[in-house]
Amino acid sequence: MAHDHEHDDDHRHGSELSEMQLRVRALETVLAEKGYIDPAALDAMIEAYETKIGPHIGAHVVAKAWTDPAFKRALIEDATKAAQSLGLINRVGDHLIAVENTPKLHNMIVCTLCSCYPWEVLGLPPVWYKSAPYRSRAVNDPRGVLADFGVTLPAATQIRVWDSTAETRFIVLPMRPSGTEGWSEEKLAALITRDSMIGTGLPKQPHEVA
Amino acid sequence: MDGIHDMGGMHGFGKVEPEDNEPVFHALWEGRCLALNRAMGAIGAWTIDEGRAGIEQLPPDVYLSRSYYGKWALRLQNMAVARGLASADELAAGRALHDAKPLKRKLTAADVPGTLTRGSFGRQAPAPARFKVGDRVRAKNIHPPTHTRLPRYARGHAGVIEAIRGCHVFPDSTAVGGGEDPQWLYTVLFDARELWGESADSTLTVSIEAFEPYLEAAA
Repeated sequence: MAHDHEHDDDHRHGSELSEMQLRVRALETVLAEKGYIDPAALDAMIEAYETKIGPHIGAHVVAKAWTDPAFKRALIEDATKAAQSLGLINRVGDHLIAVENTPKLHNMIVCTLCSCYPWEVLGLPPVWYKSAPYRSRAVNDPRGVLADFGVTLPAATQIRVWDSTAETRFIVLPMRPSGTEGWSEEKLAALITRDSMIGTGLPKQPHEVA
Repeated sequence: MDGIHDMGGMHGFGKVEPEDNEPVFHALWEGRCLALNRAMGAIGAWTIDEGRAGIEQLPPDVYLSRSYYGKWALRLQNMAVARGLASADELAAGRALHDAKPLKRKLTAADVPGTLTRGSFGRQAPAPARFKVGDRVRAKNIHPPTHTRLPRYARGHAGVIEAIRGCHVFPDSTAVGGGEDPQWLYTVLFDARELWGESADSTLTVSIEAFEPYLEAAA
């Protein structure tokens, strides 16, 4: 099934490609010639999202929270302020909220209405996050969604889905895997996947990065 | 608006299919398209909610069949034309043919780091919050034909105020050029059985971020 879908996607992207290339090029040329935008600014923006801003930022935030209880409290209290204090990015947007997984509670983030996502700490959202299957099912079948990611939670685990319907943004603070006692923040960060900070995955296990 | 974009709880879209090692962009035009849209937002051509409304107004078949950035490109084109920033003959010719309409500012490469941070949507409160943490509330049964951030699946259902997030720009107003009209914003928590009926996952709760005008006190 996965293969078929990728094939469909390629096909869709293929048929869209030349039309979209032309359409976007025309828009850029016209808007630049009129003086509204500067193509060099577009270059800088694209470069930032391709090379600077991504889930490695969120992974550092989580690793710090795993090793520094005071930071973790600050993160739960005000994630905007706490994430900014790490100096990993210019400025974290307002209203970032960190939600903590526990042995009894698993959090998952979605935006059913569009694609709201914590860009500053996770980068641009993956295609699946913006797709109809995820946006439709996360709020009423999160265990089914987790199964699509190969994740099974205990039947008794409470699941909390956060629908990002306003300008608040959410990042999941996943549970630290056992067997990582004494690990450095840097080593821990390698366990922290993007999906574990959305709530559709769990952190890697120590043997996976050894 | 009760559009195709409001997908929470719909059936029939199939499995979620993650892509291993997904690139940031799947084609060069996707990056140009993202940056163009962001740049037009940064120079004040439209607000974030006017932009969202622009996506929601795409016909449902177009919304479902276009890729994500394909929708962004159509939105950009529609909004640039609607606001007189570009015209159909210019987009067909691929070059400017008419004088530019003055905009407040232009975005240069030096301004870009500032655009990589989300704006602040918190505002001074015009009145005290009507609800407090722990209050039972019901999402109103409303169906505005214009942009709203109250998802259909929550309408008419009762939940509990879990947190007060401050007073924020009200999307329903700013999306239609009605000004910021700041409103209190709450996290409202619903039991899945309240939303989806008795067969729902009994371990599931779902929250929305709800503006005060979306809510009424529940008995």
